[in-house]
Amino acid sequence: MNSTVVRTLLVRGMLAGLGAGVLAFVFAYLVGEGPVDAAIAFEEAGSHEHGEELVSRSVQSTAGLATGVLVFGVAIGGILALAFCFALGRIGRFGARATAGLTALGGFLTVYLVPILKYPANPPAVGDPDTIDKRTALFVLMIALSVLLAIGAVLLGRRLAPAWGNWNASTAAAVAFVAAVAVAMVALPAGDNTPKGFPATDLWEFRLASLGVQAVLWAGFGLLFGYLAERVLEPERAHGKVSAVVA
Amino acid sequence: MAQSTAAPTPTTPAITPLPVRALVPWAVFFGVLMLVLLYFVGAEQGATALVSGEGVHEWVHDARHLLGFPCH
Repeated sequence: MNSTVVRTLLVRGMLAGLGAGVLAFVFAYLVGEGPVDAAIAFEEAGSHEHGEELVSRSVQSTAGLATGVLVFGVAIGGILALAFCFALGRIGRFGARATAGLTALGGFLTVYLVPILKYPANPPAVGDPDTIDKRTALFVLMIALSVLLAIGAVLLGRRLAPAWGNWNASTAAAVAFVAAVAVAMVALPAGDNTPKGFPATDLWEFRLASLGVQAVLWAGFGLLFGYLAERVLEPERAHGKVSAVVA
Repeated sequence: MAQSTAAPTPTTPAITPLPVRALVPWAVFFGVLMLVLLYFVGAEQGATALVSGEGVHEWVHDARHLLGFPCH
């Protein structure tokens, strides 16, 4: 029975991830491709060695972009659905939709926002190909640290809650998370190497677009999945038979 | 469970947590599968390569940049 619920939620999570991926792709195509093209123009103006194109720009910016963003959406949707199944009923008195929203928000913060504060998204032309191994490893390490520290902070908050109350316990947990992340960021080596003369505006716009793509994806997932999960877990609520407050 | 003792008149009916035992098989199998998908979008033919060539890298190139992964 419970296993069936998990399976249903997993499938719905992947579908919600696919839907969120479509929204994120539209955003990426409309907002993100401009800064990518600007960066490629800079790259080509500077370098002479450029091999034959394996995949044309028009395919990269449409079918290629869609493939990457949709697969990413499905994968994140599946993982978040599993995280949601665990969080449900364990992080406080939240219903299905609120738990879905909080899971998505936590994912966005720990998997994207915190890691990119240390290792920001870079457009083409920014980043030395010789250091790709090291930069990828550091980026993954930063994500792992951020996720683990966030889990630790949630456990800390739960432990403090009975004595301190929910508000104070949550505040203390958040402060502990920020402090631990700050220590990790100071300890890890720097990763940025923007080439001389790369337009600052292009870099800013690219990074803002990247933030937008990810924000659309995670927010879209949280809202879609919350809707789908509520229909599985609280059907009477989803169909409006119970008013919001049951006193 | 810490929070469940706090409210004498709950406004929301508490949701029973799903048992971890029901979750583990799905989490192990699909968790790994999803991570493999993320690997192909984010890092294949960048830092490491399971498939030779540049096809995967070039195909997901724009997504990899815009999602924030180091691309090249």
